[in-house]
Amino acid sequence: MDWVLIITQLLNGLQLGLLLFLLASGLTLVFGIMDFVNLAHGALYMIGAYFCATLTEFTGSFLWGLLIAVPVTAAAGALLEISIIRRLYSKDHLDHVLATFGLILCFDTAVHFLWGPEGKAIPLPTFLDGRVTILPGIEFPTFRLSIILTGLLLAFVLYFIITHTKMGMLIRAGASNRQMVSAHGIDIKSLFTVVFAVGAAMAGFAGMMISPITEASIGMGNEIIIVAFVVIIIGGIGSIKGAFLAAILVGLIDTMGRSFLDTLLKLILSAENAETAAPALSAMAIYILMAAILAVRPQGLFPPKGR
Amino acid sequence: MRDQKKRGHYNYALIISAALLAMLPLYVHVSGDDFYLDLANRLMILAIAATSLNLILGHGGMISFGHAAYLGIGAYSVGIPAYYEIYDGLFQLLVAITVSGLFALLTGAVCLRTKGVYFIMITMAFTQMAFFGIVSIEEYGGDDGLVIDTRSSFGNFFNLEDTVTLYYFVFVSLLISLYIVKRIMNSRFGMVIAGSKSNERRMQSIGYNTYRYKLVCYVLSGCLCGYAGALLGNFTNFISPEMMDWTASGELIFMVLLGGTGTLFGPLWGTVTFVLLEEWLSGITTYWHFFFGSLLIIVVLFVRGGIDGLLKRIRLTK
Repeated sequence: MDWVLIITQLLNGLQLGLLLFLLASGLTLVFGIMDFVNLAHGALYMIGAYFCATLTEFTGSFLWGLLIAVPVTAAAGALLEISIIRRLYSKDHLDHVLATFGLILCFDTAVHFLWGPEGKAIPLPTFLDGRVTILPGIEFPTFRLSIILTGLLLAFVLYFIITHTKMGMLIRAGASNRQMVSAHGIDIKSLFTVVFAVGAAMAGFAGMMISPITEASIGMGNEIIIVAFVVIIIGGIGSIKGAFLAAILVGLIDTMGRSFLDTLLKLILSAENAETAAPALSAMAIYILMAAILAVRPQGLFPPKGR
Repeated sequence: MRDQKKRGHYNYALIISAALLAMLPLYVHVSGDDFYLDLANRLMILAIAATSLNLILGHGGMISFGHAAYLGIGAYSVGIPAYYEIYDGLFQLLVAITVSGLFALLTGAVCLRTKGVYFIMITMAFTQMAFFGIVSIEEYGGDDGLVIDTRSSFGNFFNLEDTVTLYYFVFVSLLISLYIVKRIMNSRFGMVIAGSKSNERRMQSIGYNTYRYKLVCYVLSGCLCGYAGALLGNFTNFISPEMMDWTASGELIFMVLLGGTGTLFGPLWGTVTFVLLEEWLSGITTYWHFFFGSLLIIVVLFVRGGIDGLLKRIRLTK
């Protein structure tokens, strides 16, 4: 086996996992305390990327673009919550799904209208564009490494906020029993808006971090949002810890499956069969994982307490 | 008495619509304009799919966000045999129904263990799995899809190559589907399904294994939608994984909701409205999805019970 390739792919898997975590954490929080299914979370991922692309063009620097685009995306999220999402909480899940599906169509078209049908590339500053030697003989792209580091940092900050601050306490309490929290005189409406905005910022940030690699494009959120759903289902809806572990697991399985499954299958199948089966199997791997976990634990790995 | 009379009017309206649909090819033959025939074909096929979704969504309260999977499975059940030059319609339809049923059985067995939002997301995820499964098989076109060069044929009796024959085949299929769904809804089995929608625990406590009933319903719905998929494959002559994209599932739900869930003809009205709106809006502007999306939000926020509900309300207030 080629150790350099294995370690590189492990890091790639970790990077995908952390990106998924950024998306899934917002999704799971919004669902956990507001009982709201937000398909349009992927749209926030997309507009974050577009905001960043335009601001990078405007300021001439990716870092400035990033720094301004994150609060702008959060504001967009807050605006969305106050104008539309808020009116949906009292409806049932089917209505949530349909209305946010409608929102996706609106967002995709709006982006098409404002930025045109072509994707937008985001140029990286030179110090992020190279490769670094992480171990003797192993080089890894600097930017991907910075995604891993910022992802881990954000995960840690989020963990700290949720377990060690008053707001985190309210969020956890909200996830367990919403009525009880508002019965204690907490302004749960504003808490909802703040959590939604934070979720939007995290999703937007994920979009901003991936765009220098893939470029910002219309509908970029629609595919990854399903994987984010798989992540929060596996992790247990409402649990940040579950979202983190499941995101890493899904990221690793997806990346490793795509690169090594054919080699593994060749041990038991003929080369020709392995080469047809491997892509199909690795594309479906995370869904099979999800089915297996749900068959044993229908509530996911770490369901929040008190539900 | 008056109510019965009104119901009579409603039935007449249905019979007249059916008769008009039956005569459409005549008009097309006279005017020589194929456009309306194609539109009606697509509409009726989607109406069958929406009706099948309504069986589990409206009648059984199982919100499946992955029904497009069966459209895809049905279409590929025509496309893959056609790729190997097997054009026997009976065989293709049988494959479509069997494979759809099997897929529904396997995924349904897992999905139905979950409730609420888990169910929505897991049905969605399984469809995505089918999507990626098809995309990754290079032999059948992968991403690019597959062209069906010859439509299904039924022995020496007839084949679907002629648009008018296809039209009548679809038309009769729609009528039969509606009849079957009506029979299912009104049967003892349908009552159990409706009962477990409104109060599952109570149904369980009087001794019904609701899980099994729901699974059977889920499989039946999958089979019917797979059949619709086979028709869709025949109609479009070109199939691709796009048919199973999760947005396609969303559109199916929209059709059902637009028409009104749980009623027999609701999905039909919903599909008519959906397809005509799509046709109209996309003719006006390339940014029609925006208005479509806004409409979805408005329907969710303000219109309860869909078009069927609206019609009934109008009939009641008159």
